[in-house]
Amino acid sequence: MKKSFDPKLNYLETLNKIGYINRKQASQSDYDRIGFMSGLEVHQQLLTEKKLFCHCPAGIYHEDEEYDAEIIRHMRPTLSELGEYDGTALMEFKTRKKIIYRINNDNACTYEVDDTPPFPINREALNAGLQITMLCKMNVVGEVHITRKQYLDGSIPTGSQRTAILGVEGEIPLKNKKVKLIQLSIEEDSCREISDIAHTRVYKTDRLGMPLIETVTYPEFVNPDEVKEGCDYIRFLNRSTGKVRTGIGASRQDVNVSCKGGTRVEIKGVAHTKWIPELTHNEAFRQWALLAIRDELLKRCNASDWEMEAVKLDYDAFSVTYPPIKEARDKGEELYAVKLPCFKGILSHFTQPGKVFADEISERLKVIACIEKPHMVHTEDFEPIITDADMEIIQLMLSANLEKDAVLIFWGPTNDIKTALETIEERCKMAFEGVPSETRKSFEDGTTIFERVLPGADRMYPDTDSAPIPLSDEYIDNLKADLPKDLYEYILMLRKWNIPEDTFTYILSKNLMPLIIRIVEDFNISPKHVALLFAHKLKHIEGQYIQSPEFTYDKIYELIKFLKDEDLHCPLGVKMLPVVYEHPNMDFHSVLTTIKFKKKNKKDIIEQIPFLKAKFAANPQNNSNENMINFIMGQLKPSAIGNMNMDELYNEVVNQIKIK
Amino acid sequence: MSNSDLFQGYKGKALEVLKKYNVRVWGQAEINTTRGAFKGTVLPRSENDDEFHIVLKVITGYNIGIDVNNITSMTETGFKKANYAIPEKEFPYTKGLPSVKLFGTGGTIASRLDYRTGAVIPAFSPGELYGAVPELADICNLETEKIFAVFSENMGPAQYIALAKAIGKEIEKGTDGIVIGHGTDTLHHTGAALTFMCQNLPVPVVLVGSQRSSDRPSSDAALNLMHAMKTAGESDIAEVLVCMFGPTSDEYGLLHKGTRVRKMHSSYRSTFRTIGDTPVAMVSRDKITPIKKTYNKRRSDKDVVIKPYFSDKVTMLYYYTGMKPDTIDLLVEAGYKGIIFVGTGLGHVNKELYPAIERAQKAGVHMYMTLQTIWGYVHMFVYDTGRDMMAKGIIPAGNMLPEVAYIKLGWALGQTDDPEEVKRIMLTPINDEITEREPYNGYLVYQGGVPEVEDFIRRVHK
Repeated sequence: MKKSFDPKLNYLETLNKIGYINRKQASQSDYDRIGFMSGLEVHQQLLTEKKLFCHCPAGIYHEDEEYDAEIIRHMRPTLSELGEYDGTALMEFKTRKKIIYRINNDNACTYEVDDTPPFPINREALNAGLQITMLCKMNVVGEVHITRKQYLDGSIPTGSQRTAILGVEGEIPLKNKKVKLIQLSIEEDSCREISDIAHTRVYKTDRLGMPLIETVTYPEFVNPDEVKEGCDYIRFLNRSTGKVRTGIGASRQDVNVSCKGGTRVEIKGVAHTKWIPELTHNEAFRQWALLAIRDELLKRCNASDWEMEAVKLDYDAFSVTYPPIKEARDKGEELYAVKLPCFKGILSHFTQPGKVFADEISERLKVIACIEKPHMVHTEDFEPIITDADMEIIQLMLSANLEKDAVLIFWGPTNDIKTALETIEERCKMAFEGVPSETRKSFEDGTTIFERVLPGADRMYPDTDSAPIPLSDEYIDNLKADLPKDLYEYILMLRKWNIPEDTFTYILSKNLMPLIIRIVEDFNISPKHVALLFAHKLKHIEGQYIQSPEFTYDKIYELIKFLKDEDLHCPLGVKMLPVVYEHPNMDFHSVLTTIKFKKKNKKDIIEQIPFLKAKFAANPQNNSNENMINFIMGQLKPSAIGNMNMDELYNEVVNQIKIK
Repeated sequence: MSNSDLFQGYKGKALEVLKKYNVRVWGQAEINTTRGAFKGTVLPRSENDDEFHIVLKVITGYNIGIDVNNITSMTETGFKKANYAIPEKEFPYTKGLPSVKLFGTGGTIASRLDYRTGAVIPAFSPGELYGAVPELADICNLETEKIFAVFSENMGPAQYIALAKAIGKEIEKGTDGIVIGHGTDTLHHTGAALTFMCQNLPVPVVLVGSQRSSDRPSSDAALNLMHAMKTAGESDIAEVLVCMFGPTSDEYGLLHKGTRVRKMHSSYRSTFRTIGDTPVAMVSRDKITPIKKTYNKRRSDKDVVIKPYFSDKVTMLYYYTGMKPDTIDLLVEAGYKGIIFVGTGLGHVNKELYPAIERAQKAGVHMYMTLQTIWGYVHMFVYDTGRDMMAKGIIPAGNMLPEVAYIKLGWALGQTDDPEEVKRIMLTPINDEITEREPYNGYLVYQGGVPEVEDFIRRVHK
């Protein structure tokens, strides 16, 4: 390789050139500069006993190997209702995947594997979905139409997801603005992927068919933190009904991002809202980088004239030392070199932190041509793999000029070469246009990889197996009568109670407001005390102790009731809490014994003060009043907690010392 | 455009509202309602749905319904009719590939949305098929002919006769094989009818359908078609065959004799099973693997014998424990000349029916006994009741399937009234509708839950 060009340096230079900055240092003006724009699709599983279109139990999961049978399917694109083929569908067909479904008789029936038509929709799910639709201030439809939404990746054995709109045009309030909602739909959840290697993808069907709602916002978020705020709001709103599932995978979001001049790209299945800011930040800048690449390429050559050239290489003509290429040779795979005219400096162009344009090609080779990585090397690898001597031969074969062209070498099974070549050419041609619309898979470090071509509205088809479901005004009114308080009112209430904002997430994500309000009203305790009992004390205990599966937040109501009934004071509850948390079925008297509590009356406690005063004074080194108060309080507190108010005790001690 | 096109499927109140606001089907509409505003394209409505809702496709591609009673105003802002057509591409001719004729009869083998019923209607031309399943062009050179378009349950004697004649003509023209696209519900009835009506076939006649309509990505239609075309074009089995999924997995198809096959599940892909015997062969995209050692071989002559006869004065009586004699009397009175009994156990009905059976015999009604158990032979000598019935003119039909016996009796009575001749026709098998022996593996209904079965199911894709 010619040493004059340093790909690593090129990566850093292009990173700086497009003005990428770390998220922590970014301000609104940076996002305005690149025209950051984002919207959300928040998925939330509903808490129902059974699945949405069959009578299998919902929420029973199993391990990958715990299956009773396997079924094989292939998916084939079909026309949408409006007579169009969908782009994603055609891409998936190109990949020629064999899909294997693992079925466990405990949680899947013939419906899941598409051998039985759907049963009527689960009303428990429909009603919960409708209530959330109303909480989102949406216009509720007059009739629910089940639609089949094509998914050819195999994640649903029918090749389409049954889904239906419940409402359109709603809104949610953020701190500084309102964000409009496009729609809310109810749908069946998809399979969980076990593996995806070469042309075989394996799924399990336990989660398949569980009821889910999807709330879609307009792309009105203008910075990464706002996206997270909106997402949290929607999640907490869903939870405020108490009719949704919680825990790993129960809510997931797809995040749509674009930059000025870019394209809508969907980051799929983000499991935690805390990952959203980094992901959206990087995606906006990835698009910004792709636009810079486009401008650079258009400066160099004419898009319509651009053509790549490929040549099959003979392994024997080269000194093959790179182990993956050796392995490919041994497996009888083919080796190709491709000239990418005008692409010098593009393959190592920055796209995301630690990633370059060549990765965009490589990811598509994996997904579309189904060639497992590693599958390519090129002239701009940070650590050169092809020797100068070999590259010279290849250069001659392709009549490539490395002063302006780039060369890529890839290998794979014979049957996949055609698709691989098409895929490389397609991605490079897209570079002249800017940002391809695609769905991308997210990683914890905030980067993403290509997942699929972004599907459009062309994949919808009316579900001929299901009749429309009318929603009369009476039906809707009945559901409306049973709505929880508006989430925003809870937020305003928490603010009024003057509770630190950092506790809101804990309280709202666990839907504790109804319980807190009940405790405040029933026992006449200050709201701030109760809220902090949960958000500070209980949260701390959750980090320190192991929760019994039988523990519920209602136990805390019972605990406070017990203290009130027994005329005990609240701070004792905090001491009891760890025991209750670990042993919720232990009766409260036994809990008191466990923490060695003895009931005493106030008089007996106060009567000890003169004796303790004398004991303190007996030591000549003890002289300050402050020390004496602390000493006496320290001695009395363990037995006083629960038996009397601590402020009252303190005042009593102070008074008696003054009397001295 | 006529009114019915403008407001396709709408009636009553919904139709009134559309007319009042001048909004057409395929019109883009903005609708204000007491539940808020909605925007989208007005879609046709299925005739069987109620008259109180308007269907709207919203911008995201989903459909919703609007209650017409809640509409306060409505405006049409544009108009765009969808053109739902499977892309037609000319079916290419490849020298050296066998020529296959596809007869269309309807059914879900290739279909698209029908707004009238909200269900699916067949699409069929070679161009459409090639557009949907391009792989077919690697298997054969295809010609198609739509004989009729009816759903499977509407197939009957008239259709069997038309099909048999069409098959005769096509063989005369020298085709290498015939495929018949057919709804699945009565596929096995047609299989039996064509076996009797088209004898001494020189080429395969393959009946095929699909359990999931071809407008679904996971449809079995494409693979079934490929299997059927391959069988028709390449196989050396010159019989009437039903070609459908073997397991529910996309793996291979089975070729069943038209006389021994039955639809055994309302919705499974692997619903067709050969009863009391093994299928003739397995077919995959690569090869056809015979299972049976003997079958009628393909020939180069055109000596098919078409016997397009059928009497519709035949009925079938599924016995139940409370059956009254008048059930039989009424059938005789109505002029039925043939009754296929579907009896319990080895072939029984209750004694209460005997007088009616005697009356039927006197009236010259031809009566045959088949089994509710589906599997096994009628054995009327084992118990007295069986002997009694035979004495009263009921003839045991061996292990002939009930539906096959019905078709065969109709076909026989289409040719003759003579009891002895009818009996000879009924009991002389044309293609294994009665077999001499039932092999041990002719009855394999595995019971789920049993450990060794579960172990098998886990290992083998069924």
